[in-house]
Amino acid sequence: MSFIKKPKITHPGLPRNAAGLTLRDYEGAMSTLCAGCGHDSISSAIMQAYFELAIEPHRVAKVSGIGCSSKTPTYFLGGAHGFNSVHGRMPSIATGANAANRELQYIGVSGDGDSLSIGLGQFAHAIRRNVNMMYLIENNGVYGLTKGQFSASADRGSKAKKGEANPYSPIDPVLLAISLGCTFVGRGFSGDKEHLVPLIKSAISHSGFALLDIISPCVTFNDHEGSTKSYAHTRAHMRETVHADYTSVHEEIVSHVEPGEFKKIQMHDGSRVGFKRVDENFDPTDRIGAISYIESHRAKGEVVTGLLYLEESTSEMHHVLGSSETAMSELPYEKLNPGAQNLERIQARWR
Amino acid sequence: MSNKAKTNNFVVKIANVNGTGSASANGLLMKSIFRMGIPVTGKNFFPSNIQGLPTWYEIRVSKDGYLCRSGKVDFMIAMNAETYESDLADVSPGGFFLYDSTWARKGMMQRDDITVLGIPLSGMCNEAFESARAKVLMKNVAYVGALVALLNIDMGVVETLLNETFGSKPHLMEANMQAIKMGQTFALENFDCPLPLKLEPMDKTAGHVLVDGNTTAGLGAVYAGATVTSWYPITPSTSLIDAFSIFCKQLRVDPDTGKNNYCVIQAEDELAAIGMVLGANWNGARAFTATSGPGVSLMSEFLGLAYYAEIPAVLYDVQRVSPSTGMPTRTQQCDIISAAYASHGDTKHVLLFPADPTDCFHMSQQAFDLAEQLQTPVIVLTDLDIGMNDWMIPEIEWDDSYVPARGKVYDREALRNMDNFYRYLDVDGDAIPWRTLPGVDPKGAYFVRGSGHNKFGGYTEKSDEYKDVIDRLRRKFDTAASMVPAPVIDKATDAKANKQWAIVSIGSCDGAIREARDRLTASGIATLDYMRIRAFPFADDVANFILDYDHVFVVEQNRDAQLRQLLSNELSIDPNRLIPMLSYDGMPVSSDFIVDAVEEHIQQGRAA
Repeated sequence: MSFIKKPKITHPGLPRNAAGLTLRDYEGAMSTLCAGCGHDSISSAIMQAYFELAIEPHRVAKVSGIGCSSKTPTYFLGGAHGFNSVHGRMPSIATGANAANRELQYIGVSGDGDSLSIGLGQFAHAIRRNVNMMYLIENNGVYGLTKGQFSASADRGSKAKKGEANPYSPIDPVLLAISLGCTFVGRGFSGDKEHLVPLIKSAISHSGFALLDIISPCVTFNDHEGSTKSYAHTRAHMRETVHADYTSVHEEIVSHVEPGEFKKIQMHDGSRVGFKRVDENFDPTDRIGAISYIESHRAKGEVVTGLLYLEESTSEMHHVLGSSETAMSELPYEKLNPGAQNLERIQARWR
Repeated sequence: MSNKAKTNNFVVKIANVNGTGSASANGLLMKSIFRMGIPVTGKNFFPSNIQGLPTWYEIRVSKDGYLCRSGKVDFMIAMNAETYESDLADVSPGGFFLYDSTWARKGMMQRDDITVLGIPLSGMCNEAFESARAKVLMKNVAYVGALVALLNIDMGVVETLLNETFGSKPHLMEANMQAIKMGQTFALENFDCPLPLKLEPMDKTAGHVLVDGNTTAGLGAVYAGATVTSWYPITPSTSLIDAFSIFCKQLRVDPDTGKNNYCVIQAEDELAAIGMVLGANWNGARAFTATSGPGVSLMSEFLGLAYYAEIPAVLYDVQRVSPSTGMPTRTQQCDIISAAYASHGDTKHVLLFPADPTDCFHMSQQAFDLAEQLQTPVIVLTDLDIGMNDWMIPEIEWDDSYVPARGKVYDREALRNMDNFYRYLDVDGDAIPWRTLPGVDPKGAYFVRGSGHNKFGGYTEKSDEYKDVIDRLRRKFDTAASMVPAPVIDKATDAKANKQWAIVSIGSCDGAIREARDRLTASGIATLDYMRIRAFPFADDVANFILDYDHVFVVEQNRDAQLRQLLSNELSIDPNRLIPMLSYDGMPVSSDFIVDAVEEHIQQGRAA
């Protein structure tokens, strides 16, 4: 982010959230990404979302893989532990971390290369286990750090900076996730922060694996004419289908749309996510309908955004495993040590 | 060997077809001998297959308590016609060969230095039992019956054992007893029973148990306080995780809530398995995985990250025959180098070398303690022989005063009382920094990264800052050398001990070396001091021992002398001092092999 590092002094008049923190308490280190990078807008939306939800930064664990997107957890929530792992393997770090401590909030930040090529297997299996986490793919269709190769999300025919066209079909993380049984799937655009913040807040409140695919143009290697992941192309072809409207447990529900247009779903934590449907023909709780809707618009060259699929009734990983409510990392050794008498009993069977 | 010498001192090998229920018959046989108070061990040589391929089970009865393979076969129970020929050739001179004589095989049985016994096992069972499955299963029980007579097994013990297994299923109990009696009666009527190889009750198994090392390692992890495991199925490590899961179901379900105080996650591959283990350890749980050589290859990238970012982890590598897929159901010690230096770049790992199931249990606690104290992966290098075979070991003792050593972790209060926390500072001068856990306090927050970082935990591409951290990691390895289990040194007490030669080895070679040393002393060839190395990095005692002798025999089970390489590489010892003694055919090393190799070497030395 192209800003000058700000001093840590905060204006006493800055608004504070329910945890008594200001938005500045959700900042991280200075970004080293290119000026105008879409990823920085996403980081800013993440800070806003956690601030508005009044989640203390140190109760969040940030995990990522390798790539430009995976660098970003350093740039938000400086008070949270972070883990920049190896390429494509963030889902396993997140799964293990979550297994050890189910009480923290988990945010995984990945990219299209990290999740859809080298890490496709782990991405799929974290969804399959319904690990309770928010998983962001900052999707720009290109490998930035190695200077501009197509990624697996690049559309067929999309042009690289030097002009050659991508010959392969794209992997769409949204369709893939829905078909894998992902319980929360949304798509956003880094250039549309207003819609991104409620989408992120909804994803944080979801119990289970919440995927957000966020189109985030690469200003250096994929923002030219002929690219289908540029700012201009995305703005022209984006179709916001479902606007997520997040209501926390504590807030009054202020419905600003006509009844009938608004569908509310109660989340596990008691908060509510409302859908303002822009297109009457779309129901984000209908899995087959969602797939067909997204596919038909993709065929027309349109990028459907918003909260595209949500299912609150299935169980996240710990429910399936029957884990103790207390975090594994918090269990005192007295609860873990079976003791000498049990060892004698076990060994009696070995004679 | 005289007949008297063969009482309670022989090897029975059963050749069978896998998937026919031979394992339970062999277990019955082995436990019967154990319950008679006679020291016994069993080695299973099985195929990488579910049904229909040759499988062998070797039972060594040793009144002197030797636990290794002797290298001989005194009695072959040949139940697999396909392998008759090689099984016949395997019998040591003066031995016995029992086969299923339902179909006569006269032409093949031409050996006049052994005794061939035919019992029509299939014929008897086909007549006595109705179902096709029972006909196959009971054939195996029937040979146990024959051995009751031939070896003088206590029938009361056999009955008790069958009762313990089938007490609740009377029809099975009855069928098993019928098969036993059939075999016994035939042997009594047709042969001179017992044979010169025979059993006489002793009292040398009291206070002992029969168990495999994967079971004790899994149980050891439970007692170490491990709460998270993730793994990908691979022979021969799978039963270690199975054991952990089963013991957790028995011992770790919270009586108040009915919820699990453990988490077992089957991963999609070994990369994910070690990733989950690192994520869980980073987050404050004791977490581990188990795998074999191919899995270590796949985990290498993450192991390098764990080394550099200083994340504790425990990995059990149950070694099997390499390279590549190798022979998955045969044993070797072939991952010493790949485990010690797993991952690219300047990377080193702490290794522990258990010798038997007792070590597997206790080294589990040591592994978790060391991993957290040193903040680095600890790899427990066990093998298929230890992990999957039945060993006789003294009952494992547990001290309830054990407290897990969790290493240097700042808690909330400590963090509140300091100005700033920096992840990779060498505060105490032992090259081990302090860490913090996520979720505790914002002041403890830092960023784990495999990319260049400085001592404060920040990203760096500055040469001096990079070197500062990587040099401390090297020093941390020196600290590790002072903390890992010291070698076990066994010096000959009599004056015959020489300073010319000694034996150095690791892990499951131990049993064979102990017997070989006794035999070498008894035959007057050489009385050899012996050091069993228990960990890498090598404690100071390791080099001191080696330098005390002109030469040491380095006994290990791989082709490339990997322990010898590691010794000369890490301790700068002249490789000429280290004489390789390598058994790598996939069979657990035998005492015969070591005796022969030492004798040959010493004779060559004298001739020269």
